[in-house]
Amino acid sequence: MTNNLNNTLRNNPRNNLRNNLSNKSGDKPRVLVLLAAGINRDKDAQDAFTLAGAEAERVHINDIADGTKHLADYQILMLPGGFSFGDDIASGKVLANKLKYKLKDDLLQFIADGKLILGVCNGFQVMVKLGMLPGIDGDYMRQDVTLTNNDSGKFEDRWVNLKVNPESKCVFTRGIEKGIYVPICHGEGKFIPRDDEVLTRLQENGQVVVRYVDETGEFGTYPVNPNGSVAHIAGICDETGRIFGMMPHPENYIQRTQHPNWTRKDLPDEGDGLAIFKNAVEYVKREL
Amino acid sequence: MWRIEVALRAGITDAHGNAVRKQIIEDLLIDVESVQSLNIYTIDANFTQKQVISIAKDLLTDPITQVVKINESFKRPFSVAIEVGYKPGVTDNVAATAIEGIEDLLGIKFPEDGSVHTSKLYLITGSVTRDDAEKICVGLLANPLIEHYQIWQTGDDIQATVKKVTALSRSTKFDPKVAEVDLDVSDEELLEISRKGVLSLNLAEMRIIRDYFKDERVKAEREKVGLSTRPTDIELEMLAQTWSEHCKHKIFNATIEYTEGEKTEKIESLFKTYIRKATEEIAKKKDWLVSVFVDNAGVVDFDGEHNMVFKVETHNHPSALDPYGGAVTGIVGVNRDPMGTGIGAELIFNTDVFCFGPPDFPYEQLPASVLHPKRIFKGVRKGVEDGGNKIGIPTVNGAILFDEAYVYNPLVYCGTGGLMKKEINGKPSHVKTVNPGDLIVMVGGRIGKDGIHGATFSSVALDEGTSSAAVQIGAPIVQRKMQDALREAREMDLYRAITDNGAGGLSSSVGEMSEFCGGCEVDLEKAPTKYAGLQPWELWVSESQERMTVAVPPEKIDAFMDLCRRRDVEATVIGTFANTGKVHVKYDKKTVLYLDMDFVHEGLPGLELTATWRPTLEQEPEYAADGHTEDLTNDLTNDITKELNDALMNILGSFNVCSKEWVIRQYDHEVQGGSVVKPLVGMANDGPSDASVIRPLVSSKRGIVVSNGINPKYGEIDTYRMAASAIDEAVRNIVAVGGDPERVAILDNFCWGNPILSEANPDGDHKLAQLVRATKGCYDTAVGLGTPFISGKDSFHNEYRLENRTIAIPPTLLISAMGVIGDVEKAVTMDAKKAGDIVYVLGETHDELGGSHFYMLSGVKGNRVPKVDTNEALALYKSLHTAIEKGLVASCHDCSEGGIAVAAAESAFAGGLGMMIDISKTPASEATEGVRVLFSESNSRFIVTVSPENAQAFEAAMAGRTFAAVGEVTQEGRFTATGHGGTALIDASIDELKEAFKAPLRW
Repeated sequence: MTNNLNNTLRNNPRNNLRNNLSNKSGDKPRVLVLLAAGINRDKDAQDAFTLAGAEAERVHINDIADGTKHLADYQILMLPGGFSFGDDIASGKVLANKLKYKLKDDLLQFIADGKLILGVCNGFQVMVKLGMLPGIDGDYMRQDVTLTNNDSGKFEDRWVNLKVNPESKCVFTRGIEKGIYVPICHGEGKFIPRDDEVLTRLQENGQVVVRYVDETGEFGTYPVNPNGSVAHIAGICDETGRIFGMMPHPENYIQRTQHPNWTRKDLPDEGDGLAIFKNAVEYVKREL
Repeated sequence: MWRIEVALRAGITDAHGNAVRKQIIEDLLIDVESVQSLNIYTIDANFTQKQVISIAKDLLTDPITQVVKINESFKRPFSVAIEVGYKPGVTDNVAATAIEGIEDLLGIKFPEDGSVHTSKLYLITGSVTRDDAEKICVGLLANPLIEHYQIWQTGDDIQATVKKVTALSRSTKFDPKVAEVDLDVSDEELLEISRKGVLSLNLAEMRIIRDYFKDERVKAEREKVGLSTRPTDIELEMLAQTWSEHCKHKIFNATIEYTEGEKTEKIESLFKTYIRKATEEIAKKKDWLVSVFVDNAGVVDFDGEHNMVFKVETHNHPSALDPYGGAVTGIVGVNRDPMGTGIGAELIFNTDVFCFGPPDFPYEQLPASVLHPKRIFKGVRKGVEDGGNKIGIPTVNGAILFDEAYVYNPLVYCGTGGLMKKEINGKPSHVKTVNPGDLIVMVGGRIGKDGIHGATFSSVALDEGTSSAAVQIGAPIVQRKMQDALREAREMDLYRAITDNGAGGLSSSVGEMSEFCGGCEVDLEKAPTKYAGLQPWELWVSESQERMTVAVPPEKIDAFMDLCRRRDVEATVIGTFANTGKVHVKYDKKTVLYLDMDFVHEGLPGLELTATWRPTLEQEPEYAADGHTEDLTNDLTNDITKELNDALMNILGSFNVCSKEWVIRQYDHEVQGGSVVKPLVGMANDGPSDASVIRPLVSSKRGIVVSNGINPKYGEIDTYRMAASAIDEAVRNIVAVGGDPERVAILDNFCWGNPILSEANPDGDHKLAQLVRATKGCYDTAVGLGTPFISGKDSFHNEYRLENRTIAIPPTLLISAMGVIGDVEKAVTMDAKKAGDIVYVLGETHDELGGSHFYMLSGVKGNRVPKVDTNEALALYKSLHTAIEKGLVASCHDCSEGGIAVAAAESAFAGGLGMMIDISKTPASEATEGVRVLFSESNSRFIVTVSPENAQAFEAAMAGRTFAAVGEVTQEGRFTATGHGGTALIDASIDELKEAFKAPLRW
């Protein structure tokens, strides 16, 4: 895989140029933040990865499809939040289809190369509609779970507590022992697996990564579980732990002053969400 | 034609259906058992069965939660079934996305003559009659102006088919027609031409237009381009748009003879005399104004490297007719103002202020043609959600006011702020230049019949027969795509100038940009349309959304067009800017419009108006010495504490003061990651914030503070003090969270009735006098506080004609403010922080209950509206700001509606703490005690809590200002206020107070 990457870089003068620039700024992992019609948390994701020590670039999906940019030049793919194609028909569906019909091979190669993919909110919705998550048996194009309308029937912006599953193999949440406090901003975040078998499999496989809890770490009903997700699931990963999607927004709690109670509390400068991006950056530095 | 029905699988919660059921029961009082919602897609295109199966299964259905049927119905049981879809020609965003999805899926181009239409099918069970179903349609599910519906009853076979939209298909042939209009007619006929054409031009204006076309030079020049001596319809339309109240602010620029008592004065333009003058005065002392009153939005410095941009618009009439569509277009419309300022700003926040009728307004008092306030509220809220959330701009600030005066004319103010680097590609970003020879490019959406006559329509009163042509649905994603592409184009230096297509459409945007170079030549047939059948004049003035006009130098056009193509954004060259002194428009090579630039932009005669101030004296209640509100209530109890507890609860629970959490949570205020002081703050994230602080650059601690001030209740008594109060409120909200009082820029937004005296409008002169007094108040207060106006907007004719009555809104002035905070980590929130902290009241309390919420409880207005002493206020703000910057303030809450009682109670329960205050210690002017101190709404005051160890330093920082320690934050959850001699005035649990505050709008 390293050979492939090098070949691609060598054969493309634009990439050589960027490669040089990248070398100048140290060996920062490169993140492709995907842009498409209606994606709107691209800057937030870029800021989070930048603070975490990566070099994050916003790239339009059409620039990948037409070969202006190459997915292979990056180690992390970020599918940010937003309302791709207005959430029309169903959230994430139309962008999922675009990825499927325009970038399938690139994506599968990216996954095969052992790289990382993170999807947040609409990005997570895209991943499950595509089948990239949960990616059961390594099939990344079969939909086994979905994210649908919140039980409340409403879009909601509210902060939630998440408990990280210590058994999970997710590389993004490694070492996060205390909970994560982050906002949700969505109308279609209710997680539903196809059936009990899928749910059991996700649980047994350590693919359930984060779950909604109250401030004491206990499960609860609305608003603790803000959307009615089955088994309180807020985020899942694939079988390798390198592909991760979640509904809440870790990129919106990377600095102290984003916390809704920061004027009442002694809080560290770094927000809870930043650890997820730092883990990704460290993984790339260590493994890729 | 294929009909695809998508339903939820058994056992999957139907959140949408449940929400509809709840609304039918709660809002329409019709008892229904269950509501199921199904999505219907009607595809009119020549696809094979196999293709349609793929579309149904791989695009339109979620395999986990949904099932699908093609050309047959699910046959699930129902008492009534209702199908609702958009009428032909109305923007159907889901259908547009479905077409794109089908193209991806099948790898084909969607047939040019095909179409997709979406609708919703509701299966309702319970004892619901056909009449009920009709009520559900008209009252909740469908707006007959833009939607059609069909009803079935048990046993009916659901076979809905959508009317085929052949007349509007883009491939349909049509003959463009340009009519000539004979203006050589009587005055009556001139007025008739104006009225019939919704031109909103008065007789003087019609005469000037007539005379222009009689001019020999004009005649000769027109002959050369093949035009007769008569104006064409498109020429008349352009003049009407450009000269509209909306575009030219004729009332604000009129010469006014103003009489107040014995005194009469002549005012040459309220705008120049009071609004712009205030800014000019202030600009002598402030160096941070960059571009004011000249562009689509005002521009001020942020940090020496960036400028901040801010604009607030109104979208009242469209929101009255179609609350959802009106609000979406209000938001996406005002987004385009900062986007079209200078060479374009990044959009960083939205703010919305609404005035509605009371949500519990009796249905039986509502005329059939008026939507219920609750429905308007919900529709507008949904529109803002879709407009703001989908485009990805945080909604950080706002207000919602309720009053019966807004039942017929709701007000919808939408504002957007932006940020731009001061220099982009080595050029100042706030400056527009256009060179002759630059190409005129229209970018974004296509033109349709929607939104024709928006500019002139806003200048007429609504009535029972108002048409829907001025209403449209926004397409936020189309705009977001355009916004992203234009950002790239800006960074690549691919265009020279940009402006938005709002009121007046191309006629305004191209007309205005032509002023930078002196003319233009347009080939109108090139403008892309949503469907065939648009006449040249319609193309020229249509206000279809999501469009910008840019000036692209010829050498950059290929790169510009290529970029747009690669971003799936439509861009079309429709002409060339020129220096001919003419606006020259052709259609299929034939000249259809040929007007002198000078005439279009300078030919409008000024209005001459009269204004007479006729104040009314209201009842002013008196109090007994013990604080009893004797003349306010007849069923007087002797328990003053209970009475005042109830008063406080009732004010906290009034629609105006109560928690707007239900609305706020449905707006995304986190997107872009800059949120520092959120709209909801405090221990449980449910206290009402005074202003929002955002941090636009992740790498800098400098922040932007956003707030507003509005109080139409004061305006009913005195608009001078209303204006002063609104400015003071906006500024003190900024100061309350830590903003610098010397860096506040403000926007004025006037919504009024018709202020032009006529037989049909006998108190027009008084309404104009109210406007005069308001602008005088604006001038004095803005200059006094040093807060320049940087942009503004006015909306007159907020009136409704019902049979023989005209119902006007009360004069309503919104002041929106944008300030700077040097270090966001110094920001302060309104929630009390710790038991033992000392409670201070800052500022003097006067006997000013006129227009107060306390009086409102008894249906009394009073006379003594709060005034503003700008010297005192500014000095207080500076001292408080210093104290906040030094970190001495634990919490700070603005004192406004409901006075000290409400502000202190909110601070306590938002902090989850109790509070004891002794109001006899409050600094108050003579004769102001007891109940008046508790509830007076005097301006320029705050409730502040300070930890004991900071008290001395805080008091030192406030030295010389009016303030006093009045109590303490306590651990026990009670809020108590005592008066002279320790009389208990209020004693209530904070949980009860909070519940009173949160209950009314918990929908």
